[in-house]
Order: sequence, then structure tokens, then C-alpha cells
Amino acid sequence: MSVNPDLDRRTLLRRAAAAGLLVTPAVGLLSACAGSTPSQNNDDKAGEKSKDNPFGVQDNSAVKVVIFNGGLGDAWAKEDQAVFTAKHPSVTVNMSSTQKIKTEEQPKMATQPSDLIMNSGADLMDLSTLINEGAIEPLDDLLTAPAWDSEGTVADSLLPGTVNDGTFQGKFFVVYVAFTVWGNWYNGALFDREGWTPPKTFDEFFTLAPQIKAKGIAPYVYDAVHGYYPRWALMATIWKSAGRQAVIDIDNLKENAWRAEGVLPALEAWEKLVKDKLVLPGKLDHTQSQQAWLDGKAAFIQVGTWLKNEMAATIPPGFEMKLSDYWGLGASDKAPTDVFAGAGEGFVVPSKAPNKAAAKEFLRAVLSKAGSAKFAELTKSLASTKGSGDNVQDAALSTANEVMKNAGKDLISVKLWDFYADLDKESQNLSQELMAGRLTAAQFVDKMQAAADKVAKDSSITKQTRDA
Amino acid sequence: MRHGVARFVTGFLALPLGLYLFYVVWPFLQAAGYSLTDWGGYSDRQQFVGLENYIRLFSDELIRKAFWHNVFFLVTVPLFTIALALFLAFLLNVGGREDRAGVRGVFGSGLYKVIFFFPQVLSLVVIAVMWQQIYRADGQGLINGVLMKIGLINSDDPITFMYDPEPFLGVPAVLWWLLLIAVWSGAGFYMVLFSAAMQSIPKDIFEAAILDGASRFHTFFRITLPLLRDTVSVAWVYLGFIALDMFALVYIMTPSQGGPNHASEIFASVINFNAFQKGQFGYACAIAVALAIFTILLAALQLRITRRERIEY
Repeated sequence: MSVNPDLDRRTLLRRAAAAGLLVTPAVGLLSACAGSTPSQNNDDKAGEKSKDNPFGVQDNSAVKVVIFNGGLGDAWAKEDQAVFTAKHPSVTVNMSSTQKIKTEEQPKMATQPSDLIMNSGADLMDLSTLINEGAIEPLDDLLTAPAWDSEGTVADSLLPGTVNDGTFQGKFFVVYVAFTVWGNWYNGALFDREGWTPPKTFDEFFTLAPQIKAKGIAPYVYDAVHGYYPRWALMATIWKSAGRQAVIDIDNLKENAWRAEGVLPALEAWEKLVKDKLVLPGKLDHTQSQQAWLDGKAAFIQVGTWLKNEMAATIPPGFEMKLSDYWGLGASDKAPTDVFAGAGEGFVVPSKAPNKAAAKEFLRAVLSKAGSAKFAELTKSLASTKGSGDNVQDAALSTANEVMKNAGKDLISVKLWDFYADLDKESQNLSQELMAGRLTAAQFVDKMQAAADKVAKDSSITKQTRDA
Repeated sequence: MRHGVARFVTGFLALPLGLYLFYVVWPFLQAAGYSLTDWGGYSDRQQFVGLENYIRLFSDELIRKAFWHNVFFLVTVPLFTIALALFLAFLLNVGGREDRAGVRGVFGSGLYKVIFFFPQVLSLVVIAVMWQQIYRADGQGLINGVLMKIGLINSDDPITFMYDPEPFLGVPAVLWWLLLIAVWSGAGFYMVLFSAAMQSIPKDIFEAAILDGASRFHTFFRITLPLLRDTVSVAWVYLGFIALDMFALVYIMTPSQGGPNHASEIFASVINFNAFQKGQFGYACAIAVALAIFTILLAALQLRITRRERIEY
């Protein structure tokens, strides 16, 4: 299926007709495809290219930018727009923001898409499908373009992992603009008052948990609605326990990858956390669980660094939001210091976008020093551009910086859910079942292995691999 | 003259018929066309794959699961909605005290009618969001909060509603909770429909029965129900369509849209997953076409079974 440039609609119609297959009705139907309207391509009349305008943005053109208005808000994007307009005053930027990326953008992808889409949130367009269908543009020329306001190329100005995270099938497709650090959050003020030290391993957590419970606080709370929340934590534990290669094998659908040494014990730690009733009773979604944590009903919650911005309106006075690294299992860990961090909040440029040059130029502005500093200041999250948080004073941001400073040589990154929609769904479901206590760690491993084997055998699914 | 009438009628019908053909029939045909391709939904590239999608459909475990869940709704939604609506309509129209003024409904029936009909004026999405708060699975949920206050359930063990896949009578609990919402939101409309039908039954039939000493129970089953047969059978078909849909409730209310772990998966949620998450539009169209054929057959069957001589008053 998928990427097959030599079989276009015309060829298809000719073959269908030649084969005499349902000739009239089939042709009539196929020719009616929603995607059959050819889109106008402004790239033909591109403007002059220069060091200051590496993609040849045309004067007086317009660029349509769609921002995901989720945990990070959209105020930062307006700052990027100001940065962009300062250099290209004649180019009109039509910026809109939404939470329903797929609902609003997917129907336009085959005909008249927006120029630049921030593909993020619960309602995002499936990346592997976008790439397999050739619906988004490779952006390798953005990496080699000169940086907006610093020396060297755009690639030089990015934090490690950003290029790798956005690369699929050897090409750079997704520009992640936020640098997110995941881990276990706690209230620094509460822990100081009680004299508790945030644990580094599950064993330390299991020792501390009874003391937390004695104060009438649940040791842990998680998002029971979105399976990808607990899944981050499970995969981080697996990486720390079983090591980097184990997760790479899992992503590459290698035989018996889920049965590798260290995977099962990692999941068993989570099974114990549930069995010992250390989780706040009830089933809450992400913001409800975060609020329960802010209200002091639970001691730990795991989520990324967008947390502070997302909950900004309801943080109680005196609450000290601090981040600590995910827990490992202890001495047996193969990669105890690796941190779950990476570039997130990805921008894509549709292949049929009418003004791709301006879209890329806009991305260059987003990744600029000026733009990324505003991003860190407004969102209390790091941008994927180096040095964005240098001038921001904030406990959440500085503990995140600290976690990063103590990080091992590799960043934990999992590609499974970007590679295969089936495994995305299955791993989310199973994570929730494990956290609900309906599944043992051993059953989790068996079911994930079975699902991975099924995808590996399914010839209709395009396979992807990673080496790093 | 006749020619003029035809032109007059055509003039009025052309526009709505044109709109209907373009916006309803044409997309149906397009979906049928896509179901024979491997279109992914994001590009204008597609290959003709014949009936491959339909063959795949029969070996898809998830579809089998979704099918049985839809069958559950297909049986229960019409059954409970019609039973409740008939009961309410009977009480509101002929259930009250009999006196010299003849047969009438229970006291305050006008007010009840408005109250029961109210869910019908709310959008399904609003209903779903409202019930999310009622079903919220901790002490802040309406039901859990009340039950905890009066001590019926332990605060460490709230009812989990949408997160509960444990079977009750062989069907996941989450489906029963969804059924409750569907019946609650649908009963009011059919109550009004049945009320209207009941009012068209001449009152003297009821009065004659009462004079002969028939109880309310007998009046209902011997007179009301047989005379409402047509209306009930239409309601049954409509509710069958609703039961085969149920998408809004499942999509908004259940974890990972069909969860927990596929416990509330229905046709529409499988279509949604394949089309919009997995990027297999062709396959999703094939499921949709299969569902459409199933629905049409079902409606035809239902109308056929319930067809019968009409009684003219």
C-alpha cells in the first residue's frame, strides 16, 4: 500500500478500465475521490533565496499556522509570530489555535491543508500514517539552513535528541519545539515539612509509602483515562531495568523482545504498587488526578514538564512543584541514570501546503534564540533550542534542569506508539489494565508479545525500525 | 392541467431532492467506492483492492466483539426505552383516577410530560458530559458522593462506572451504565409519541372497558397496546438505529474510546479507530458499508414482522 508514486489515479483508472472490472460504476466512484482536486502550488513562483531567507519566502504571501492549544497554551506562539513578522513584515501570518488537530486538519490534508500544523495532543494525526501516505514533507533542508539568530545551522542550535526524535525512515519529518522531561512530581514544601526524601528506586518508595499513608495521603495517583500517561512510567521503568537495547528491540518488533531480561521485574514493581493499594482510590483523568495531587490527596504523580503551565491557575499557595527522576529497581538496573526526556510538541508541514517556504521559515523563527526564550519564560518548560531556560527562575524548571544534569548518556525514548497504531492502542489498554489491578505483569508481557507478533506478521502494516 | 401539476410538484421537489442526492446519497456511494480501495485518508493515492477489505472484516476479532456489543444494545435499548415510555405514557394519559369526567392521566401529568421530554432537547454531547459528572469515579461524582455520604459504599472503593469491565449477566458493566443513559435520554421522546397515539384512541373504548370491570392492567394489555402496535413498531425501528450507533456516548465517556481494554467497543468506535487512528480509511469504509447493509436488513425484517391489518377508528 502507501508510498507508491508510480501508481497514480490516472494509471489506476486506466488499469481498472482495462481489466474491465466493474468498468462504469467503479470508474465513476473512484474518480470522485475527495482528494482529486489538484492543489495550487505556490512554490513554483518562489521568492529569491538568501542567507536571511534560505527557503525563498515570497513577499506578500500568506502562511496559515495551526497551534495546538493544550498544556502549553498558545501565548508563546504569538511571540514567535512577532519574531517572524519582524523579519518578513509583508508576509501575512494567519494563526489559529485548537485542541482538535485531527478533527479540523485531517479532512483538509488531501486537498487544501494549512501550511504548518502543530500535531499534538490527544487528537493528533497518526504520524506513521502521515508519513506512509506521503502526506507530510521531509524537512531536512530546515536542519541545514542557518540558524535564525545564532551561529551555525538550525541543527546545531537544537538539544540532543530533537533531530533523532523527529526522524522517520531516514528523513526528518517532525520538528519538536518543546523539550520535555518526564518523571515523578512531588510537593517540595510537604516533603521538607515531613522530612521525607524523594525515593530513587521502587524499594525506597515502598519503604516511604507507609509513612505517607499514615498521614492520610495516598502515595500515588495516575491518569486512569488516557492510557499513554501510565505507559510513560511503565516504559521508563522497563528502560532503566532492562536497558536501552531491550527497548530498541521492542520497538523493532524483535522476536521475544518483551521477554528480555529485566522487562518483567520492571512491570512487577508496578504490579506491587497496585496490589499494595498505594494508589488513590477512584478513576480520574489527567487534570482531575493532577488537581487531586495539588490538593494534597496524593504524594506522587508522574507527568511531563508541561504540568506547571497546565495547572497554573489552581496551584495552591505554598505548593512547591518539584520533579524527580522515575524510579528504578536498584542494583540490577542496566541503565539506572537514563532520564525520560525528549523533544515533544511536533510541527509538521503538509506535502500539499500552498506555502511551504514560509512554513519552514516560520519554524526557523520558532527555533530561534529569541523565540525559544519566550517559550520557556511563558510555559515554564524548556524549548528544544539550546539555552532557552537560562534566564527563567522557577522551581519546576530548575528541578527539571537538575534531573537533566544528572542524566546518563542516553535519553529514554520509545518509538513503539509512533510506529504502529495497533500497538499504541494495545499498550495503552494494557497499561490501564495493569494499573487497575486486572492484569499481572506476566500477563502484560504475554499480551504485548502476542500483539507485537501479530503486527510483525501483518503484511498490510509498513514496518519501521530504529537503531538509536 | 395534469401536466401543470407535475411541473408544480417537480419544482418543489427538485431542490430538496438534489440536496439529498448530493449530501446524503452521493457520500454513501463514495464510501462504498472507498471500501474497495486501500485509501489511507491523508492523500489522494489509493489502490483498488477489490473485496479484500470485506474478507478481512470477517476474521477481525475486534469487529466480532463490537458486533455483539451492538447486538446487546439492539435488544436492550428498544426494549427498555419502549417499556418505560409506554408505562409513562399510559400513566400520563389513562392511568389516573376514573370519575365522571371520564378517563384521565395521573395528577400533574402536564408537568411530568415536560420533565420527561427534557433530555430530548439536549444535545447528546451535553448529555454525555453531564453524565460524566454524575458517573465520576471518585467521591466528587454525584452518585458516588451521595452513596458515600449515606454510607452505602466505602470511600476507598467507589463505583467505577465507565472503567468497570466486569461482566454483569455476561455483559461488561460499562455497557449497562451506557444503556441507562441511552434509555434515560430516549424515553421522553417516545413517551410523547405514544401519548399522541393514545390520545387518538377514542375514550369510549376505555370507558366501555372500565364499565365492564376491566382492571388497569387489562386495559393496558388488551386495549392500549394492541391499538398502539403501529407506533410501537416504528419506534422499534428508530431505536434500532440508535442502538447501532451509540457512538457519541462511547466516544466521549469511555476510556480510550471503547475501553477499558475494548470492553465497550462498538461498530462505530472500531470504524473511528481504523479510519482516524490507524489510517485505514478503505477498511473503515468497508466496515461502515457492512453496518449499513446490516441496518437496512434489520429494518426491513422488523417492519415485515410487525406488519398487520390496521384498525380504523
